[in-house]
Amino acid sequence: MPLNAEDSETAGLLPVVPFLKIPDEGSPYLEGSRCTQCDTTFLGERSVCAKCGSREGLEPLALANHGELYVYSIVYRSFPGIEVPYVSAIVDLEGGGTVKGNLINIDPDPEKIKMGMPVDVIYEKAPRKDAEGNEYLTYYFQPKS
Amino acid sequence: MSDVYVIGIDMIKFGRFPETSVPKLGATAAHLALDDAGLTINDIQALYSGNLGQAGAMVGQRILAEIGQTGIPVVNCANACATGATAFREGWMSIKAGVYDMVLCVGTEQMGKGLLGGGGGGKGIPTEGLLGSSTMPAIFAEAGMEHQRKYGTTFEQFAKVSVKNHHHSTLNPKAMYQIETPLETVMGAEMISYPNTKLMCSVNVDGAAAVVICSEEKARQLGKMDRAVRVKASVLTSDPYQERNLQMPDVNTCTQRAAKAAYEMAGVGPEDIDLVELHDCFATAEILHYGNLGLGKPEDAGRMVDEGETALGGRIPVNVSGGLLSKGHPLGATGIANIYEVSTHLRGEAGERQVEGARFGMTHVIGLGSACAIHVLEKVD
Repeated sequence: MPLNAEDSETAGLLPVVPFLKIPDEGSPYLEGSRCTQCDTTFLGERSVCAKCGSREGLEPLALANHGELYVYSIVYRSFPGIEVPYVSAIVDLEGGGTVKGNLINIDPDPEKIKMGMPVDVIYEKAPRKDAEGNEYLTYYFQPKS
Repeated sequence: MSDVYVIGIDMIKFGRFPETSVPKLGATAAHLALDDAGLTINDIQALYSGNLGQAGAMVGQRILAEIGQTGIPVVNCANACATGATAFREGWMSIKAGVYDMVLCVGTEQMGKGLLGGGGGGKGIPTEGLLGSSTMPAIFAEAGMEHQRKYGTTFEQFAKVSVKNHHHSTLNPKAMYQIETPLETVMGAEMISYPNTKLMCSVNVDGAAAVVICSEEKARQLGKMDRAVRVKASVLTSDPYQERNLQMPDVNTCTQRAAKAAYEMAGVGPEDIDLVELHDCFATAEILHYGNLGLGKPEDAGRMVDEGETALGGRIPVNVSGGLLSKGHPLGATGIANIYEVSTHLRGEAGERQVEGARFGMTHVIGLGSACAIHVLEKVD
């Protein structure tokens, strides 16, 4: 079952990407950076602002766990071993930051998926392990509950 | 600064040639272009070579090993799908700068079948299909859905681009395919990444194209002006920062900026352009670039394809070669093959698919990540 951030079981899991943060205490979150010079928000850690070129004043922040579906595609052909179809989604998080991920818990049907619809970010154990058998925590989007 | 002229240009018929090599493909195209110019490799002062798949493997020098190791300088270029156009532009700049007065530019690629993109690798677990998709069909599907979101463009309108370009390629013997694909066939083909079906994805092919360019003085001295084509503008951009482009590649802003600069450099407007070869790597992409290149308002792009404005015989024919969708898309060769197509029309030598009275033509390519190259070419009276 997908879980809300505050309910996630994270013990022993590694983050699927560096910008997914798993604090020792508290809920997982997606980390961003904000430029204090031009107020642009980025996904992930950065030391230089891609917009204004500033080399100082980029501050880490926790991005919101809800946002809006910007655009999507329904992927029917992917690389071998990857289960299809799935919905590849670009989501604008409230307060800044754009993230790509799978949109789940919705029919992969253009009639059902509405650009602009509100979505939540949820965290769950990934269905893949690495070569050493390590397990990972990943994030998904789902329609706002 | 001298104007720069195309005096010899050609491409091989695109196809699948697994038994040959990248340098041999390039050598074939180089010989075709030299023959078109009535010159030999001994007349050439420098070689600009574009290839992506073997970017670290000195393709230009290996082409010279096939056609004559004259000891000239070689520059190897890689710039994703803008690779060939970048090699052309590097050659153009060398003549503009007065360093050389005649150079050869060659674009080559040997491709496998199947999906491009995905990337990943490295530590951890693969994220394809877990954190969305990074395949090219999905990325360009999402770019098309942005157009749908803003302007209401439909799956059917995207599909009509493919119907048009496949039709055009039936008139182009150098295209990979010469097959009509009616709308129901395009829409009913295997869905790869909604809204792009298999027939709305460019064809991975092997190919090569080459061009000899020179200064005006050299063209006159050699008596080559009667079939020469003038390069009126050469522009290369990368994508400026945009709100989403670190997650969602932006092919629009770099194209808009390149188009504006190209029109200014050429001293013409979109209304003066008689044909366009633009980067239809997916059917969705072509729709975006009607607006980006100023061929119409962005919100009219779907209507333009509905009403045949961009078909051969229409107001502004786009991709009369068949485009990447049907001519094929050998990444490093595409940017020079497009210049071949437009030059052939400006010379009045395009046969059945000739755009009548063509005086100005535009070529456009996008390398995802992103690079945009635009050239404006003019018929010489």
